[in-house]
Amino acid sequence: MKQIHLAAHFPGVNNTTVWSDPRSGSHIEFSSFEHFARTAERAKFDFLFLAEGLRLREQRGTIYDLDVVGRPDTFTVLAALAAVTDRLGLAGTINSTFNEPYEVARQFASLDHLSGGRAAWNVVTSWDAFTGENFRRGGYLPQELRYARARSFLAATWQLFDSWQHGEIVADKDTGTFVTHEATGSYEIEDFFFDIRGRFNVPRSPQGRPVIFQAGDSDEGREFAASSADAIFSRHGTLAEGQAFYADVKGRLAKYGRTPGQLLILPAATFVLADTDAEAADLARHVRRQQVSGATAIAFLEQLWNRDLSGYDPDGPLPDVDPDPGEHTIARGRASVRMHKDPLAVAAQWRAKAEAENLSIRELIIEVTGRQTFVGSPATIATQINDLVQADASDGFILVPHITPGGLDQFAATVVPLLQERGAFRADYKGTTLREHLGLEAL
Amino acid sequence: MHLAVALDGVGWHPAAWREPRARPAELLTARYWVDLITEAERGLLDFVTIEDGFSVQSSRTDQVTGRLDAVLIAARAAPVTRYIGLVPTVIATHTEPFHISKAIATLDYASRGRAGLRVKVSRGAAEYAQFGRREPVEAVAPLFAEAADYIEVVRRLWDSWEDDAEIRDVATGRFVDRDRLHYIDFASEYFQVRGPSITPRPPQGQPVVAVLGHDSAPYGHDAMLGHEGVLGHEGVLGHDGVPYAPGDDNSKRGLGLIASSADVGFVTPRDAVHARDLVRRLGDVRVLADLVVFLGRTVDEAAARKARLDERAGYAYTSDATIFTGTPGQLAALLHQWQESGLAGFRLRPGTIPDDLELITRELVPRLQAAGVFRTHYETGTLRGLLGLSRPANRYAASRIA
Repeated sequence: MKQIHLAAHFPGVNNTTVWSDPRSGSHIEFSSFEHFARTAERAKFDFLFLAEGLRLREQRGTIYDLDVVGRPDTFTVLAALAAVTDRLGLAGTINSTFNEPYEVARQFASLDHLSGGRAAWNVVTSWDAFTGENFRRGGYLPQELRYARARSFLAATWQLFDSWQHGEIVADKDTGTFVTHEATGSYEIEDFFFDIRGRFNVPRSPQGRPVIFQAGDSDEGREFAASSADAIFSRHGTLAEGQAFYADVKGRLAKYGRTPGQLLILPAATFVLADTDAEAADLARHVRRQQVSGATAIAFLEQLWNRDLSGYDPDGPLPDVDPDPGEHTIARGRASVRMHKDPLAVAAQWRAKAEAENLSIRELIIEVTGRQTFVGSPATIATQINDLVQADASDGFILVPHITPGGLDQFAATVVPLLQERGAFRADYKGTTLREHLGLEAL
Repeated sequence: MHLAVALDGVGWHPAAWREPRARPAELLTARYWVDLITEAERGLLDFVTIEDGFSVQSSRTDQVTGRLDAVLIAARAAPVTRYIGLVPTVIATHTEPFHISKAIATLDYASRGRAGLRVKVSRGAAEYAQFGRREPVEAVAPLFAEAADYIEVVRRLWDSWEDDAEIRDVATGRFVDRDRLHYIDFASEYFQVRGPSITPRPPQGQPVVAVLGHDSAPYGHDAMLGHEGVLGHEGVLGHDGVPYAPGDDNSKRGLGLIASSADVGFVTPRDAVHARDLVRRLGDVRVLADLVVFLGRTVDEAAARKARLDERAGYAYTSDATIFTGTPGQLAALLHQWQESGLAGFRLRPGTIPDDLELITRELVPRLQAAGVFRTHYETGTLRGLLGLSRPANRYAASRIA
């Protein structure tokens, strides 16, 4: 039986995360991260995942205040979590635009050493001057160059990781030999983006390099993943979409001399779990209303309309005016607005749906956003997950709970044992490194 | 008296790794660093600093090469220690203040209020080449001016969230009060940063900022080969990464940065008189004197060990800081005497680890306690608290109310 891979996404700064619930705890205190990581490790998950955003999001020219705001530094919190976990992989998003290869390679190699081989890197790209305003190097990158820079950045870090070989540190007190030769770690990189040389000062880490994740969905992003990534963080969680994406991406591997097992497809998935399917369905409706307040519904509408719609009643009908098709200015620092490639067409669809089903703004936004991937009893969800993986819609899932920090507890206690009983998920860790958990060959 | 240790690999002497109890093969492991920091905490020390740099330490096969990122070492140790301050080194010249601000804020969360950072500048051409962003800066003054701006940005970003910015107001659907989040809009000739931080204000409000400054070119600097030493053919670097040049205007070097930007200054006095002069010039800063220490249960034992290390290295170890070789009792007397000059305390650089570290925590500390000049238990759980620094008001909250 194909083995399922499971990961835990720390609830993010978006409206999937319900902060208004009485059980919702701190999003910044270390104890929340510790709780979440310990649950994931108790459940024998492959890894914990942290997203990143380097500028607070804005809408209508002010900081967006309706979702959770604020998060820790990725590297620092992962290194701290290495102290309270033993086997769990530690995956973080790090931007290839607002960092330098030498420093990022040092940080990941250090994290891999300090965690005993559990580091993973979700490589993301960005180009926007909006985020660049927080950095001394600024936002200079033309959009069309972002994947080129990401490829170059990743290649540079690989060269840095590979500048040391296992066994070059001898530390033989008797002979006085610390390293095998004088120029360990030497490298030289010169391309369109980088002109760097010297000696890398972190010797080879347990995994050789961190596990590489890629999250982009465009053709360019898929190609990038097929050439270089160990896993894809996808958003295609349903059977048909998942199978199509899975076949597409795995089909691209051969031209890079890679085999299907060398790239895992892991869609993000939300879930609502209750004792029975009926209770779960009720709870799912409740959660969706928590996720989409009236104010949030208007904010979502503005992101598509690209207009100030603050005068509209969320419990009333959609605006008569059409979206402004001009340059997007209403919601900055938010990746989701770029997904609306044809706002006028989407608005027409939404309007038709709202009229046909007699939906208010809020009801419509609840319908078109925030759909939970898995809703049901533990047995139902275990079956759904296993069926999707066995049908090659994915190799597992990155679960995104909606409550911090306890949103994974029930899943760990009820769904995981069922998957283990069915022989589809590990009863215990077999290896110590994340590469071993994911079935990837050692480097 | 405040007491810190400066952790660097297996100790500050380049031959320290060959000592019988040294653990050079474990330098890249979490267990090694946790053991060291736990030992320092057992000795009730105020904090540890962790050295860092972007170059390899040595081009010799018989010296330690390779190190881990200091901030991440501190983060790894944070959840498994309770009281001791954690002060990693960061290099202002090559890093982003936005990244470092949130990293140290996160360290402060993970340690529940025990974070600091020690800021240094980089002048070695080898470090510039690893980044490829700018030509090496030869003049010292602009590097320290840039570091002052860097610290200013890091500090403003810590304050860019007011303590009560998170409101979770279910009635209006607002998680934060955006009036309590602040753009820092910093702009200088070196860089511009908009803000606010992505990380809420850390538990201490302002984690502790430390800087090492030198008053004058230390004698014997040309013999400082090996330890943070020779990088290619650029010459010899001091511990702040700045080559010692007797002609430099010292007021433009680290001492100026301490006075303008730091909570804690590390200085390298030659003697008690010199220490008094430094304290007087630095004003309202906790001034700690750096000393490299080689300890032994007898004077002869300490001297013999130092001699053995020097013989292995092939040269006599020298330092920018005064080197002490002797017994813990003699060191206690020296610290006591120097402290009369107005020093807040000392940052001891152990010549070897674990030997000198353990003699500090297990032999020196009890003597200082017996003399009534050092704590017998941790009186608080934050680094600012240990150093007697209050939690500062938020600069933006004050301006908003006014």
